[in-house]
Amino acid sequence: MRWLNSSTEAQLAVIAVIVFAVMAALSPDRFLSVQNITSMAFQFPEFAILALAMTVTMLTGGIDLSVVGIANCTAVVAALILTTFAGPDATGADAALWLTVAVGVSLALGVLAGLFNGILVAALGLPAILATLGSGLIFTGFAVALTSGSAVMGLPAAIAFLGNGTIVGVPVPLILFAVLALVLSLILTRTGFGLRVQMFGSNPLAARFAAIDITGLLVRVYVMSGVLAAIAGLVVMSRANSAKADYGSSYLLLAVLIAVLGGVNPYGGYGKVIGVVLAVLAMQFLSSGLNMLSVSNFARELIWGVLLIFVMILNTRQPRRPKQKPETPA
Amino acid sequence: MKMDFARNEVLVALVIVAFCALAAASDARFLSIATLTDLLRSGIVLSIFAVGAMLVLISGGIDVSFTAVAAFTMYVTAMLLNAVMPWMPWWGAIAIGMAIGASLGAVNAILIAGFGLPTLIVTLGTLSVFRGFMLTFVGQKQITTLPPGMRDFGRMMMLRGTNADGSFYSLHVAFLFTVAAVVVTWAILYRTMLGRMIFAIGGSVESARRIGIDVRATQAFVYVYVGALAGLAGVIHASMARVANPFDLVGLELSVIAAVVLGGARLAGGYGTLTGTLLGVALIVLVRNSLIVIGIPNTWQSVTIGVLILLGTGLPAWQAKRAAARAA
Repeated sequence: MRWLNSSTEAQLAVIAVIVFAVMAALSPDRFLSVQNITSMAFQFPEFAILALAMTVTMLTGGIDLSVVGIANCTAVVAALILTTFAGPDATGADAALWLTVAVGVSLALGVLAGLFNGILVAALGLPAILATLGSGLIFTGFAVALTSGSAVMGLPAAIAFLGNGTIVGVPVPLILFAVLALVLSLILTRTGFGLRVQMFGSNPLAARFAAIDITGLLVRVYVMSGVLAAIAGLVVMSRANSAKADYGSSYLLLAVLIAVLGGVNPYGGYGKVIGVVLAVLAMQFLSSGLNMLSVSNFARELIWGVLLIFVMILNTRQPRRPKQKPETPA
Repeated sequence: MKMDFARNEVLVALVIVAFCALAAASDARFLSIATLTDLLRSGIVLSIFAVGAMLVLISGGIDVSFTAVAAFTMYVTAMLLNAVMPWMPWWGAIAIGMAIGASLGAVNAILIAGFGLPTLIVTLGTLSVFRGFMLTFVGQKQITTLPPGMRDFGRMMMLRGTNADGSFYSLHVAFLFTVAAVVVTWAILYRTMLGRMIFAIGGSVESARRIGIDVRATQAFVYVYVGALAGLAGVIHASMARVANPFDLVGLELSVIAAVVLGGARLAGGYGTLTGTLLGVALIVLVRNSLIVIGIPNTWQSVTIGVLILLGTGLPAWQAKRAAARAA
């Protein structure tokens, strides 16, 4: 069992399998049904993508509390473009054109939002928690102000493809998540940029003395987080067939939880995309399984919290993290 | 005396004065006792929360679970008193509330001081544990018939009057509890050894440990104390609202922390003042209640608070960075 203690990811894989097995044993006919499996595959990508965004920033020892704000703000703008110019009946080339415009604009806004966060954190030197707390309020606030707090509805039917469509039987959001996770994993492990992110996360001072352009690095990290959040926003919009300023507000906690559960060190420097993916799967199995056992949403919140704390305790009991920095409180 | 514009207290005070001047210019009725008591009433619960949040920030941590502690406390207290002890007077309700709050705070204390886990993650976790536990096992329906003790407390006013235009104004007795929370916290921070130790571990855990401070015990005290304050705030909130709604309060935590940080408390720990914190709360309350008076629609409320947070924390951070660059 040594390998179990040596790797968070192996541990997580075991947890995910156990949760899956327990749920399958408790209600085999329902949990293992094709319907449940596909519905799970449609459900998790939206918050899983937010968790990826959180992971990137946590790797640098920061955090991005504005991801849900960015997701909603960009989705609201995209939805407003679609309802104003295309409307619910748009089809064919017209719909495709405005869809492209809306997606493009929302991704661009994601970049801008990330740039804003990055400048606050890197150039102005604000603590990431405060910078993204403030900017998150601003992004949410823009979404509220643009919609006066009500949902934007009446999107073209074509948008549903992004959140509810399938390609060869595989749900589109799942494909989207898989691609994003793969790309992110490659960036973090196979590029100089990824290496520098990990270096900066494990020791900011050493990274500075190694002549790493910290400002540029952090700005790029927050831009990545912003773009990922915008993509998650589009998926949510497509699945809900509307956009609203307060969609997915519970996803913020969930995204932090998944990242930490996935073995990402909140002080920075350590974290693997595969860990996050496994954590997402474990969470989704747990939450679907509990759903089938007709456990309320609130009990799910309780179990998530317990799980988060339990994993943190487990991690400190087995000191194998590259480092602990108790001096800088999270 | 030279005004130090880099200090958050001064900045926030100036913004408040400017806000009030603008508000008074656009609507003369703004400057009235009714507005003042309204603002004070909205500030009662927020200030108690803020004082607690500030103490945690000074000790070098962050607590986001206090709203869940408060919601849990007010709901359980109301239910407990209704079921078993309807004879309990109002002060008993408050004492029970503070005890429940303190024991929830002890859960945070065990995880943070005992296991040495990061404070943000722990309190994010306990936030959902407390809330999830209450909504799953205790109940989800709001309690509209509060126990007699809390009902009586809800009716106690320390000030009551009628304006020239015939509208009523009043100030709840709970305001005195806010004052008490501020005074007691001030005394702990500036008149006891414990207070010095809280500042010391916030400044540098390692140095504090080396001069012989019991870091764990100090941290444990902070989280239990904050839990008790949150419990107090919860009971006051339910009594004043005359209903215990389990879905209330949670969601306020970031606004409260924003108020504290606006007032100059540092996330890195070791620094924070009560004056600044109360000014920060005053500003947030003003923005939440009176934005419309200076001509900004209420839908822009959260943008305004966000901008204020970024300005309030960005200006000092930027100045510190410039000073560091000049020194290097």
